[in-house]
Formats: sequence, structure tokens, C-alpha cells
Amino acid sequence: MEAAEQLAASPSLPGAAGAPLGSKLSVLVAQLRDPYAFAGVVIYIAFVLVAIFADALAPYNPNDILFTADGQLAASLPPSAEHLLGTTQLGRDVFSQLVLGARPSLFVGMTAAVAVATIGTAAGLLSGYLGGFVDKLLMRLADILLGLPFLPFVIVVVALIGASLQHVVLAIVLLLWPNPARVIRSQVLTLTQRQFVEAARVTGASEWRIMLVHVAPNILPLSFLYGSIAVGWAILAQASVSFLGFGDSDVVSWGTMLQDAYASQALDRGQYSWFVPPGLCIVLVVLAGFFIGRGYEELLFPKLRDS
Amino acid sequence: MSYVGKRLLHMIFVLWAISTILFFMFRLMPGDPTLAYLDPNFTEEQRQLVRQQFGLDRPLPEQYLIYMKNLAQGEFGLSFRQRQPVSGLMLAVLPNTLLLTMTALLVAYAFGSLFGALLAWKRGGLLETISIPVVLATRAAPEFWIGMLVLAVFAFSLNWFPSGGANIAGARYASEWDRILSLDFLRHLTLPALSLAIYLQGLPVLLMRSNMLEVMREEFVTMARMKGLPERNVMLRHAARNALLPLITAFAITFGQLVGGNVVIETVFSWPGLGHMLVDAVANSDYPLAQGAFLLIALVLVLMNFAADLVYVLLDPRVTHGSR
Repeated sequence: MEAAEQLAASPSLPGAAGAPLGSKLSVLVAQLRDPYAFAGVVIYIAFVLVAIFADALAPYNPNDILFTADGQLAASLPPSAEHLLGTTQLGRDVFSQLVLGARPSLFVGMTAAVAVATIGTAAGLLSGYLGGFVDKLLMRLADILLGLPFLPFVIVVVALIGASLQHVVLAIVLLLWPNPARVIRSQVLTLTQRQFVEAARVTGASEWRIMLVHVAPNILPLSFLYGSIAVGWAILAQASVSFLGFGDSDVVSWGTMLQDAYASQALDRGQYSWFVPPGLCIVLVVLAGFFIGRGYEELLFPKLRDS
Repeated sequence: MSYVGKRLLHMIFVLWAISTILFFMFRLMPGDPTLAYLDPNFTEEQRQLVRQQFGLDRPLPEQYLIYMKNLAQGEFGLSFRQRQPVSGLMLAVLPNTLLLTMTALLVAYAFGSLFGALLAWKRGGLLETISIPVVLATRAAPEFWIGMLVLAVFAFSLNWFPSGGANIAGARYASEWDRILSLDFLRHLTLPALSLAIYLQGLPVLLMRSNMLEVMREEFVTMARMKGLPERNVMLRHAARNALLPLITAFAITFGQLVGGNVVIETVFSWPGLGHMLVDAVANSDYPLAQGAFLLIALVLVLMNFAADLVYVLLDPRVTHGSR
């Protein structure tokens, strides 16, 4: 799926290269005026706040088995003032689980995004700028990793080395960094042909200085783009892995909630208040990443801006 | 060397690398790696067979060579649980996976290319304001959750379709073709294919839209307009046709990725396919089966990427790879 995603978002940056870092940042800030990108940022901030204050927001401990006033197990209750989204089949509060489920999802999404963007950018820069042996090695590695099926790989890795969130992130990052690396590499290749790089070389700038000061800032928008795409991929992958039962069973996440609902026949009973909200939360967070990414899309297709 | 030859060599290299990675992954597991291939419940006869086939008593490099030789002959060993050759088990479910994937993709891409072209044509209108966020939302939704919603509504609430499996339990058919062409199979196929198609249509819609926007700025479109052709003609005959090309590549790539990505949808609908088999095998520590299913999924993925490259060269004379 990533390669196809890349297909949709891989055209090179015409005209954007060569501008100083300051104006690049102002373009990024200007993106916030785009309603989509703005909505994306607002959604992120909201979920981060929920994750931070989850303990205060959740009325119950998400793992506690609750009982009604007359001592009955509070199983599969419909939504009420006491239980905003009802309870699970084992008498746990769905709303509390939903609130605390924001933490693992955001953790996975953010760490994967930072790691993918960092590794991808570094690999792309080194590969494109140094060329030769380093380039060959990194690109061959990228080819192999892109030949591995995404979700099956994550499942097998987690099954073999243990079901923790860190391992899920590790497997995701391992397979996702080649996408930005490839695109950034080809961007670096065209950038190094530009006159401002030539000019820097003539004034006696060292190779590392050219790479980090003159070339790197021009590929930052691409790093951001792939970072924001990776947030979605990571969250979806983590949810899928948990849903399939290979996740960390001690951690309450939106994926484990959905697995619980599926396995407890909540679908059969039509208990929509249990299995709709976790999915919607995943959609919102992933969508926010797309929105922010789409904000950059206009940066990537400047031709469209004036149409 | 020709471009095709180069790509072919490259593909073989990638396949070799993936099988090697897999060999070491399954052997670097905690515990005795040879145990992974020897189920304690095997009869002595079966143990001997597996030992011989995989050379489990020999040093690692030799095991590796035997493993590669077995793979080249399509020999994946015996499944722990079913006590049958892995290759036979996989071939039995492969048609189910391919049919599910193909149906969902065709529906998604037929809808996607038409709707994407329409969005580009009516750019800036109300349709766009509403559709783009909705389309993006379907891309952002977990496949299995779409499947759960579809299941809850159409199978459990409305009772229109069965909730899982590929055929009614116990049904017998004269041949594989009879089974696939039966009405019962179609009824079972509808919901998983629909869920997948909902998830998949986002990419073709968005891709088609942005291709169309690009193509519509090209001179031959202006030329067609200047000739006084009706707008519908210009859009469909001239612009849309030329915007379709990247979709074909995306179709091939998505197909390859789907065969592996199907794992969740197949699990939600208990669809007896390759992905479901992989999940079951991993969950039950049936390593030979897990390894075989993984390799077959990777093979399809790499083959389809290769096909996507070839299709691109064949269809677009502007793409030349000679200098690379």
C-alpha cells in the first residue's frame, strides 16, 4: 500500500528548491491557513490533550470489572449518564477505555513518524549526496524491504520477538523508511545539480556543510510529508495487529477494544456504542495526518495553486 | 542488457533476499530453532521425514542450502496442525484470496476512475467540498473496522448476507469451478469484497482526480476544446483516457500488496484465504505454514511490482529506461 501512496505523492518539488530556510518556514506557517491543514492540527492537539489528561478524564479504571448497585455484573449496558458509551461484555467502561486508548495510538504514531522521517531523510541524503557504494547499499536494502508484505511482516516480527508497542513500532519503521528515502534521494540528486550548490562549492563550503546547510533544508517538506503519512500507517498497523490478537494484551488500545468487541459478539448484538467510537477515533487521528499532508500537497503541486 | 532483463534479475535478487531474511528470522527465535519444525505431536515417521527434508541435524549453512533447494522446488514442509504439505494447503485457499482481491479491486477502480474524473471536471464545487473529506476518511479507516460495520449492518441487523466463510458449511461441489460459480459463493463474497472496495476506492479516486487536473492543462485538451467538441467528449475521450495510465500501475501494485494486506478483512469475515491462513498459523505457532504463507504473499507482491513496471513501459512510450 505504501508504494501506491508514494505514487500519489511523489512528484518532485518544482521551483521550491533553492529558497532560504526562512521562507520555507513561512510557507509551512502559511499552510496553517489552509482549512484542511488547520483542522488536522486542531484534531492532533485535541487528541494529545486527551492522552495527557486521560487519567482525569476517564471516570473508571478501564480494566476494572464493574458491578451495578444491586451487585450484578455491569455487562453490555447501553449508554447512560453513568456509562457514556455503555459497558463491555465483562463489565468494563467503554468510554474510559476509549480515553486511555488514545495513549498507545499516539505513542505508536508519533514515534514511528519521527523515526521514519529521521531515518528516511538521513538515508536519502546520504544516498543521494554521497552516491557510490553507500548509495548502492542503501537502495538495495530499500528494494528488499519494499518487497516485504507490510502487515504480515509486522505480525511475524511481533509474534517472534514479543508483543510490545516498541516492537510494533520497530517493525513498522523498518518497512516504512525506504519510501521517504527513495523520494528524498532523487530530490537530492536534482538539487545537487542546481547553481546554488555550485555557488556554495565555489565559495569553499565543505561537503558536509553543503549537504546539511544547503541541500537538507530544501527536502524538509518531503520529510514532513512522509512523517505525517507514517503517523497514519503506524496507527492503522498497530490497531490491525491488536485486532488480530498479536498486540500487547496488557495495554488498552483502540485496536484491542475492537478485538474485544468483535470476539464478544458485540456486532451480533448491535452494540454500536462499543465498536463505532474506537474506529472513529482511529479515522480522526489518521485523517488529521492526511489533512496536514494534504496541506503540503499544494506545496508539492505549485501548478495547482493558481488554478 | 535490456530493461526487462535487468528488472527480472533485480526481482530474483529481492526474492532471494526475502527468503534469506525469513530463514534467519525463524531461526533466531528464542529457544531451540530446530524445534520450530518438529511438532511434539508428530509421529516418529513424520519426524524423520521433516528432519531429512530440512536437514535439521546439520550445521546452519548446510541447512540454509537445503532450505533454498526446497524452496526452489516449491517444498515448504509439513504443517504442524493439519499434518499435510504446506504447499497443498496454500494452493487450496489461494483461489479464494485471488477472487476476493480481484473483485474488490475491479469494483474499487471502476468506481474510482469514473468518480475521480467527475471530481476533476467539477472542481471547486459543492461535490468536491463534500466528497474529498469523505474519500479521505475511508482511506483513514482501518479495513477491519469497515468490515465490522458492514458485518453489523448487512449481516446481523438486516440479515441479508452470511456473516463469514466462503461457502455454507458442509456443501459439496463437483469441482472447484462449480464452487466458485455457485450463487452461495457469491453471497459469501459480497460483504468482504464490499468492505475491501470501500477501503480501496480512495486511492483511485484521488489519483484519477489529480491526473485529470494535470492532463486538463495540456495543449491537446485545449486543442480539442478549440475544435468545438462538446465538453463531455473532451473530458471522457481526451482527458480521462490519458489520465488513466497511472491508475493501471497503481492497480498492479495494490493487487500485490492486497494479497498480504487482506489478512484483516479475511479474518473479520472468516474468509478461508491466504491471509487468514497466515494469521492462524502464526497464532498457533505453526511455523512451516506461517513461513510458506508469508513467502507466497511476498512472491505475489514482488511479481506484481514487476508487472507494474512492465505495464508502465508498454503503455507509455514516453517512458524510456534505456539510459538508466
